[in-house]
Amino acid sequence: MSDQTLNPETMPEQPERATLEGKNKFLGFWFFLGGETVLFASLFGTYLALRNSTNDGPGSEELFGLELVFVMTMLLLTSSLTSVYAMYHMKNNSFGKMQLWLGVTVLLGLGFLGCELFEFYHYIHGEGFTLRSSAFGSAFYTLVGFHGGHVTFGLLWIIALMVRNAKRGLNLYNAPKFYIASLYWHFIDVVWVFIFTVVYLMGVI
Amino acid sequence: MSTAVAQKKGFGAFIWDYLTTVDHKKIAHLYLVAGGLFFLVGGLEALMIRIQLIKPDNDFVSAGFYNELLTMHGTTMIFLAAMPLIFAILNAVVPLQIGARDVAFPFLNSLGFWLFLFGGLILNCGWFLGGAPDAGWTAYAPLSAVSPGHGVDFYVLGLQISGAGTLIGGINFLVTIINMRAPGMTYMRMPLFTWTALVTSTLILFAFPALTVGLFLLMFDRLFGAGFFNASMGGNSVIWEHLFWIFGHPEVYILILPAFGVFSDVLSTFSKKRLFGYTAMVFATTLIGFLGFMVWAHHMFATGLGPAANSIFAIATMAIAVPTGIKIFNWLFTLWGGTITINSAMLWALGFIPSFTIGGTTGVMLAAAAADYQYHDTYFVVAHFHYVIVGGVVFGLFAAMHYWWPKMFGKILNETLGQITFWTFFAGFHLTFFIQHFLGLMGMPRRYWTFLPGQHLDTGNLVSSIGAFFMAFGAIVFVINVIYTSVKAPKVSGDPWDGRTLEWSIPSPPPHYNFKQTPLVRGLDPLWIEKMEGRKGITPAEPLDDIHMPNPSILPFIMSLGLFIAGFGFIYQVDNLSYLWLVILGMGITLGCMLTRSVKDDLGHHIHKEDLEEEGAEQ
Repeated sequence: MSDQTLNPETMPEQPERATLEGKNKFLGFWFFLGGETVLFASLFGTYLALRNSTNDGPGSEELFGLELVFVMTMLLLTSSLTSVYAMYHMKNNSFGKMQLWLGVTVLLGLGFLGCELFEFYHYIHGEGFTLRSSAFGSAFYTLVGFHGGHVTFGLLWIIALMVRNAKRGLNLYNAPKFYIASLYWHFIDVVWVFIFTVVYLMGVI
Repeated sequence: MSTAVAQKKGFGAFIWDYLTTVDHKKIAHLYLVAGGLFFLVGGLEALMIRIQLIKPDNDFVSAGFYNELLTMHGTTMIFLAAMPLIFAILNAVVPLQIGARDVAFPFLNSLGFWLFLFGGLILNCGWFLGGAPDAGWTAYAPLSAVSPGHGVDFYVLGLQISGAGTLIGGINFLVTIINMRAPGMTYMRMPLFTWTALVTSTLILFAFPALTVGLFLLMFDRLFGAGFFNASMGGNSVIWEHLFWIFGHPEVYILILPAFGVFSDVLSTFSKKRLFGYTAMVFATTLIGFLGFMVWAHHMFATGLGPAANSIFAIATMAIAVPTGIKIFNWLFTLWGGTITINSAMLWALGFIPSFTIGGTTGVMLAAAAADYQYHDTYFVVAHFHYVIVGGVVFGLFAAMHYWWPKMFGKILNETLGQITFWTFFAGFHLTFFIQHFLGLMGMPRRYWTFLPGQHLDTGNLVSSIGAFFMAFGAIVFVINVIYTSVKAPKVSGDPWDGRTLEWSIPSPPPHYNFKQTPLVRGLDPLWIEKMEGRKGITPAEPLDDIHMPNPSILPFIMSLGLFIAGFGFIYQVDNLSYLWLVILGMGITLGCMLTRSVKDDLGHHIHKEDLEEEGAEQ
């Protein structure tokens, strides 16, 4: 594919789907998220089955505080919003603004990840609550840890895209890449909403 | 062009070509060879099981080794033989049937294969490293969570890696079929094999992640001291059963639906008739796919979920007999009044119909939850699932190989050898498994190392073992047939069967860009329509132009190799924490490859119009 077709003078309305490769990536990634939904549904099911199996160790009421989790939720929800801004600027072909908002997204994501690591550290060293404490501990760390792993991967992904394309700007080859990375980020955010509800809210009420 | 160049290249270049290929037709060859080898390994394991059971109180193998054999036989046949062989056929045929030049994600297609292969290798490494998995192919917890040694660890890591490959393959075919159909190829004009490929890919997408999670939980229990299935920590082993069967039941439809598609295409081609009830067939396929997700707990009737759950799952299971029955009748009506050609491919299709119907009937028997307490964990169950999986899937794969072999390799498999394979395998199959229904009803439990004399089980087991040797003979004749054909058989034209669908409109084997000009599809059985109107080939949808093709890449191979290395690290870090370096190394390789793939532009290349015109002149 020549440079000309990938770098049109005016961006099409949906640059992420302007090429066949872009269309395929777009659809394929939606399907992938469908599979991810089943993955997290299985983890949620397991967690719901085991959340009261505390093996006389600490349970959710004693462990969870909503203050930190509220901050984390705000960070991640806002980061989803800023990634929408980034995609808005992508469609307007203003690369600098897109990078700026992606940068904000990454910072918010890093803040979330820091809070989560602090939370885990606190549970493990402060409360002695680990993966090996009880079936509840195994289920908690696996579900929330899988989400945290997704956040980490998403951050590395977005950073890699930003660094790689910093000098050459937007074209029809990398637009789909940015777009599906932002889709992934939204998915992570949606999963967190469920974790917030099922794990933390239901855990303290 | 590609074959001529390949012949001139050396052996090293040939290997490199296959290691880096992203061509779906070559990936089909890879799946076929790897799946075929694993099929032989699984068959060998089956033979050893049957030799052990040939007489009462036998001690041909030890009890522990017998557990490994039966576990590895099931796991190998499902994950490492049936799945890849189906992917071989999917890769070889689906892009051609929809008039596409490639799949949607050629790179991922290659990655899917290498992940499957390295996963399969990990699984089989157990044989040489202190014991293979021995907790049954279903690996029920808590047995699998506490089974000593590293056997089950090989199962967990091997399936995790190969399962990722399958998921990738499923997404690839979904997008290929939805996005890359030729102009005019509407959904209701797709050949039934492509339809079943679409539904099967959907099932893969939604079923495999449940297995992924189940395997992660088991991995964390075994390798990191988690307590999901450990009752003393509050764990619950029924979670494994649910997760495994939420994957495992759709899995049997993942296997059988493509076989249904093969039979539909084969029966229609060799009856010289359009498939009877095409619309009903499509409807039945999607309905089976849908219901396939609603019935997993029929594997758990004896677990104790209660009468309400058992009744609901029993009724849902019986409901699947309806769309399956629709299919059986449509195949029979396709034959009715047709101009029938009997050859090897057709024999497998004809043999399938009664064999699979028997398996379906025992399926409805097993679905009766109250009666299932009697059948549960007996040879009746073993007989049932071999009737559907051998009588359905394996027959389907044989039919597909005989039918599409000329398309894949340009040569027709030898007919005499093909018929010998069919008749010995077919007779051996019924000899082996029909009697097992009765052994089961007489109370012989499955998975037992041996049985006692004087319980009326001797003759039945002897007959069953003799049948197994007939099947082995048939399989060996097929291998001989493949070798014989590749050496002796003459080249055939692109359309040796007087076919009806797009894949027969191009040369055999197809050029690596498949279609010089994208075809214009004007109805169901597009090639047949053109033939009826007196045209020789398909009407093109576009003028001759440059063709865009993807570049080969070694990254999928290295990426999978990284996970292979990391897998060993995970397994052995229990013994010695310094093995964690292997995990870091392996994951580093894999993630490094992913980063390389992300930052390095891969725009593919073009085959120029002038070169295509030259090739046309040569032909």
